Amino acid sequence: MLSIENLHAGIEGKNILNGINLNIRPGEVHAIMGPNGAGKSTLSSVLAGKNEYTVSQGSVYFDGKDLLEMSPEDRAREGLFLAFQYPVEIPGVSNTNFLKTAVNEQRKYRGLPPMEATDFLKFMREKMDFVEMDKSLTSRSLNEGFSGGEKKRNEIFQMAMLAPKLAILDETDSGLDIDALRLVSNGVNKLRSKENAFVVITHYQRLLDYIVPDFVHVLYKGRIVKSGTAELAKELEQKGYDWIKAELETQNA
Amino acid sequence: MTEASNIIDQVVSQEYQYGFSTAIEMETAPIGLSEDIVRFISAKKNEPEWMLNYRLKAYKHWLTMEEPNWQNFNYPPIDFQNIIYYAAPKEKKKLNSLDEVDPELLKTFEKLGISLTEQKRLTGVAVDAVFDSVSIATTFKDQLKEKGVIFCSMSEAVHEHPELVKQYLGSVVPYTDNYFAALNAAVFSDGSFVYIPKGVRCPMELSTYFRINAENTGQFERTLIIADDHSYVSYLEGCTAPMRDENQLHAAVVELVAHTHAEIKYSTVQNWYPGDKDGKGGIYNFVTKRGTCEGDYAKISWTQVETGSAITWKYPSCVLKGNHSNGEFFSVAVTNNAQLADTGTKMIHLGSHTKSRIVSKGISAGKSHNTYRGLVKVAAKATDARNYTQCDSMLIGDRSGAHTFPYIEVANSSAVVEHEASTSKIGEDQIFYCNQRGIGTEEAIGLIVNGFCKEVLNQLPMEFAVEAQKLLAVSLEGSVG
Ligand SMILES: Nc1ncnc2c1ncn2[C@@H]1O[C@H](COP(=O)(O)OP(=O)(O)OP(=O)(O)O)[C@@H](O)[C@H]1O
Ligand SMILES: [Mg+2]
Repeated sequence: MLSIENLHAGIEGKNILNGINLNIRPGEVHAIMGPNGAGKSTLSSVLAGKNEYTVSQGSVYFDGKDLLEMSPEDRAREGLFLAFQYPVEIPGVSNTNFLKTAVNEQRKYRGLPPMEATDFLKFMREKMDFVEMDKSLTSRSLNEGFSGGEKKRNEIFQMAMLAPKLAILDETDSGLDIDALRLVSNGVNKLRSKENAFVVITHYQRLLDYIVPDFVHVLYKGRIVKSGTAELAKELEQKGYDWIKAELETQNA
Repeated sequence: MTEASNIIDQVVSQEYQYGFSTAIEMETAPIGLSEDIVRFISAKKNEPEWMLNYRLKAYKHWLTMEEPNWQNFNYPPIDFQNIIYYAAPKEKKKLNSLDEVDPELLKTFEKLGISLTEQKRLTGVAVDAVFDSVSIATTFKDQLKEKGVIFCSMSEAVHEHPELVKQYLGSVVPYTDNYFAALNAAVFSDGSFVYIPKGVRCPMELSTYFRINAENTGQFERTLIIADDHSYVSYLEGCTAPMRDENQLHAAVVELVAHTHAEIKYSTVQNWYPGDKDGKGGIYNFVTKRGTCEGDYAKISWTQVETGSAITWKYPSCVLKGNHSNGEFFSVAVTNNAQLADTGTKMIHLGSHTKSRIVSKGISAGKSHNTYRGLVKVAAKATDARNYTQCDSMLIGDRSGAHTFPYIEVANSSAVVEHEASTSKIGEDQIFYCNQRGIGTEEAIGLIVNGFCKEVLNQLPMEFAVEAQKLLAVSLEGSVG
């Protein structure tokens, strides 16, 4: 579904990603961990097409198509979704209106007619129950004045509405209380299918107790330096990153 | 970052849609301005003596005045001798019905989305269409007449309702008021006249559509709206002009009078040709708009959506004379490319318990400048006056500017005057967020800008709110940067 090969990218002349290789097949959940500043959010931004970042080397294919050639909106319409680490606020634009526009733009891309207003509202109610979103949040301006946790939950709600093929969750768990964490994880688990895939970026093993990954990768200094199964995350939780750094140093020496 | 600016550039560079001109035989005054021209215009309109005298007084006063230069921008000097002050489609004979209007003219308005023909009119909206200097047609006249509402062209009002015109013309904006008001009083060609009798709620929206067509012509229309005691009217003005390389002058005067418990809602969707991307051509929009709340509990509400013109310079104002009277100003001004807008309002509190509210939303893109200039004045006798002002600016790209000049003069200590201002930038992050959900950049800007202006757009009559939303999106196309 997604194949990243030797991806190098940076911003304003500074290299951040230094040769990422990653293959994701339908039905898989990949967790990406790694210390602060390792390049996890940069990787998700580059995949989503944020134009401040420059790709200097490598390739990314999404369902056989050259992802790096596509505009950010086309990547989304092809089924790539990013739950932002820091969701932005858009004053005056209601959550509902925003989602209606997004859903209908994506439908248009797929040659479908816009959704009828009543169908849309019904669909939205269904998905709201899914993450137990408070109704009042949908009529409010997009993310404006939302608490940190509400913003994160809203990202998952949007994901449920847009039903992407590949969803990247960038630290969606940070800022969530224990109940919300369970809700959000349940939401993700319910959306899991043989056809779609998830990349879960997190600092904490706790999330991975709920969303059990097929693979865990450690990103460090812009490179995936270690990959393993769910066990690796548990090991990291216990030992931290120092032993990996040490391993790397002996390799390089 | 430069790539980001490219996107904004592409989005702001959409073409002006109404730039065509109509080939039609015109009758024009000789170029330039003199006493003879004033007499010429008056004679063309068969005006009574009193009207001519009014014009001549105004003209003489104008000669003694100097062009103002206090606004927050410079523009090339206007050569007042290089303007044609009167242009009218040549009429073969007096028109008795719409069927006799030149089909070219009807087609022009059709193309602008305004139908004057009986079958296709906007339902529930009476329209007066002004083409260059004269009013072409006023629709729904008969239905309005039943209620006693007068809605006709200014030239007609001078002949048919001279008492009302004499009483009110210049009562709100005297020709001594300012340079352009004096010029207008001398040479105004046409415009709309509205009178709503006591106790009548005007049964439909009234609307005037202004179109500048002829080259080198100035448009000087004059609108006068009087709402008698306990009456209500909602009035909408729309405007466009062809694309021309040279600048054209639009110096209108609008006067509103609201008597006791009367309410006038005046909405403008202004879309004059703004000039090209480099600032060549476009309309100079120098307009004086003012309303007086004569009676107690009178209310005047200005709503404007300003997207066009090379230079806009206007301050729709309210003089709150009646006790408990109420003035409102809701404005969206969008500037793009090289446009300049200096706009705002004046709220003059004279009566006690008067209230005013100002909501101004300025959006600047390209290398344009958008200035809010507002005056809130509370006179010594105006006890318990209240004003609330909110001024928000939004910048798109990093070459545009927003400026806010709030002036407050309070001579009564019981007044409560509040002012809030904010400036924001459409963030690349906001656009990217929309993109990531599958929304293209132009759509995203439309969404964000409409969200920003929501409070003001909500004030417009339904039919026009939709129009205005589209207009905002169109005038910002190619603006992301
Ligand atoms: N716009 C930018 N300008 C300069 N440096 C940047 C920019 N964006 C990211 N960086 C740098 O790139 C590096 C990687 O940042 P990134 O946000 O990808 O880290 P992360 O792995 O997501 O970290 P965290 O776990 O703290 O979220 C950091 O050193 C960061 O300072
Ligand atoms: Mg991060």
